Amino acid sequence: MTDPAALSAVRFRGVSRHFGATRAVDGVDLDIAPGAFFAMLGPSGSGKTTCLRLIAGFEQPDAGSIEIFGAPMTGVPPYRRSVNTVFQDYALFPHMTVGANVAYGPMVRGVPRAEREARARELLALVALSGFEDRRPAQLSGGQRQRVALARALINEPKVLLLDEPLGALDLKLREQMQVELKSLQRRLGITFVFVTHDQSEALSMADRIAVFNEGRIVQVGAPDEVYERPQTRFVADFVGGSNVVEPDAAERLGLPRGLYSLRPEKIRLGEIGFAGTVETTLYQGAQRRVVVAVGSDRLAVVAPAERGPLPVGSAVRLFVPPGAAHRMEG
Amino acid sequence: MNRAPLGLRIAAAAGLLFLHLPLALIFLYAFTTEERSYQFPPPGYTLEWFAVAWNRPDIWAALGLSVRVAATATAIALVLGTLAAAAVARSRFFGRDSVTLLIILPIALPGIVTGIALRSAYSLADIPFSFWTIVVGHATFCIVVVYNNAVARLRRTSGSLVEASMDLGADGFQTFRHVVLPQLSTALLAGGMLAFALSFDEVIVTTFTAGQQTTLPIWMLSELIRPRQRPVTNVVAAMVIAVTFLPILAAYYLTRDGDRIAGQGK
Ligand SMILES: Nc1ncnc2c1ncn2[C@@H]1O[C@H](COP(=O)(O)OP(=O)(O)O)[C@@H](O)[C@H]1O
Ligand SMILES: [Mg+2]
Repeated sequence: MTDPAALSAVRFRGVSRHFGATRAVDGVDLDIAPGAFFAMLGPSGSGKTTCLRLIAGFEQPDAGSIEIFGAPMTGVPPYRRSVNTVFQDYALFPHMTVGANVAYGPMVRGVPRAEREARARELLALVALSGFEDRRPAQLSGGQRQRVALARALINEPKVLLLDEPLGALDLKLREQMQVELKSLQRRLGITFVFVTHDQSEALSMADRIAVFNEGRIVQVGAPDEVYERPQTRFVADFVGGSNVVEPDAAERLGLPRGLYSLRPEKIRLGEIGFAGTVETTLYQGAQRRVVVAVGSDRLAVVAPAERGPLPVGSAVRLFVPPGAAHRMEG
Repeated sequence: MNRAPLGLRIAAAAGLLFLHLPLALIFLYAFTTEERSYQFPPPGYTLEWFAVAWNRPDIWAALGLSVRVAATATAIALVLGTLAAAAVARSRFFGRDSVTLLIILPIALPGIVTGIALRSAYSLADIPFSFWTIVVGHATFCIVVVYNNAVARLRRTSGSLVEASMDLGADGFQTFRHVVLPQLSTALLAGGMLAFALSFDEVIVTTFTAGQQTTLPIWMLSELIRPRQRPVTNVVAAMVIAVTFLPILAAYYLTRDGDRIAGQGK
């Protein structure tokens, strides 16, 4: 791992951060490639924010080491790291105008006024907020505040941009729009983005690499399709997209070699052949229906296209599991 | 509409009367024609005491000293109180609670204890009484007022603002100057005004730390003992009420949307 060509943007080695008895981050190893759009995905309290704060320098590890582009970060304060953060609550300075907020980074570095104001205008144009320089943060909508926070964090040209649940406070439509914009912004700038989310669909659609967190540890790292299609543990299978976890006994009943499997609901076909079962619950989701089918003593979630028609509770169906649909897991 | 029971309303009115009637009497007797004793009702009314007060150099000297003491003590309190608040609100250091208690203590201690303590300290250290001995005495309780206002505001200020500032490259001092201080400004203004008002009418601590000098409240106290030109004292008292009441009112409005005004009760 000392190959200089494989220099990581962010590297964790055995990093732990404990708060009393809470192991917020517990022995994490992590390599984030330069230019990656990296997602930290996990349930609330799994240590994602603490990891981000360790990178930003707001927390110091109790054990282990952190490097940013090869430079050890031990004892380096936040203001000397080429890392910037988009905070979950945006943390815009309420007593400053939007222009002054964005120009804050260059201002504290002593960049002359005319130059930093021009630069702030550029950044505001980048996030499609030209002409908002003289407003106060309180006069902006949630989406606009978020763009200001983004412009403010990007003005210092950080090597790594950290985003903590950047879209959490936005409504659905705005969130989808910002997902696309963030993604294209990252591609244009080529900066390493590390973003935290508890929303698996957001992580899958935006990131090119995902680390799944559980209880302060990383349980799996991989490309989105890898994490989605080939979960390594029961937790990942369940958390990333609610896959069926097939226990060894049930696997035998489904005609699989004995073992623990993940079986994606959309891979099971409802049709004329296969195992006979009864619909237990049905959930209409617009383009599709998610139904839980009882097959003997086992329960399987199945996703059926909506045009297949209603699947009333209690109706008899047949399930077909195509060969290779089930993915064998480690534990 | 929900009206309070009659008994309660009478009690409230009596309470207000009890609090404010003496104040009204002060204003009333500033206009009386009888200068040796207070009799009710005043035998006649005149404005001459305002002119007399205006022409007395001892009043001007006392007023000047009081203003200078209050201004200096407030300035000291603003600096030290803010620094103490910043240290206590933002960090979790060892002994933090004890430090908080030590800062609050001077306002809880009876003024007479503070006064005696300072006087013994001055005489032990052989420090002669001066303008500065009074200022130090007043600063002990002014700091508390500023500290309480600043701490309350800092608690309400989002911690992520400080982190955002550091994140963008500002060191501790720049963060304090560009982010923390502007957030604090109205709280400090309010704290400063209260501190000024407290210092301006302080008697007890001043008695122990002033030596031969006369602040305005001390002047009034000594003047009351002499049965001559008494209404002049009332004129001055009315002015003191105005000078101390206005800042307290302003401080109340400045901090109304948020934290309560701390230390009003001194
Ligand atoms: N400053 C702190 N003091 C005490 N406990 C903390 C602190 N920060 C985080 N924790 C705890 O550490 C765990 C992980 O928190 P966090 O990193 O915020 O999780 P996530 O962002 O994944 O929701 C939680 O149990 C949280 O309560
Ligand atoms: Mg979090």
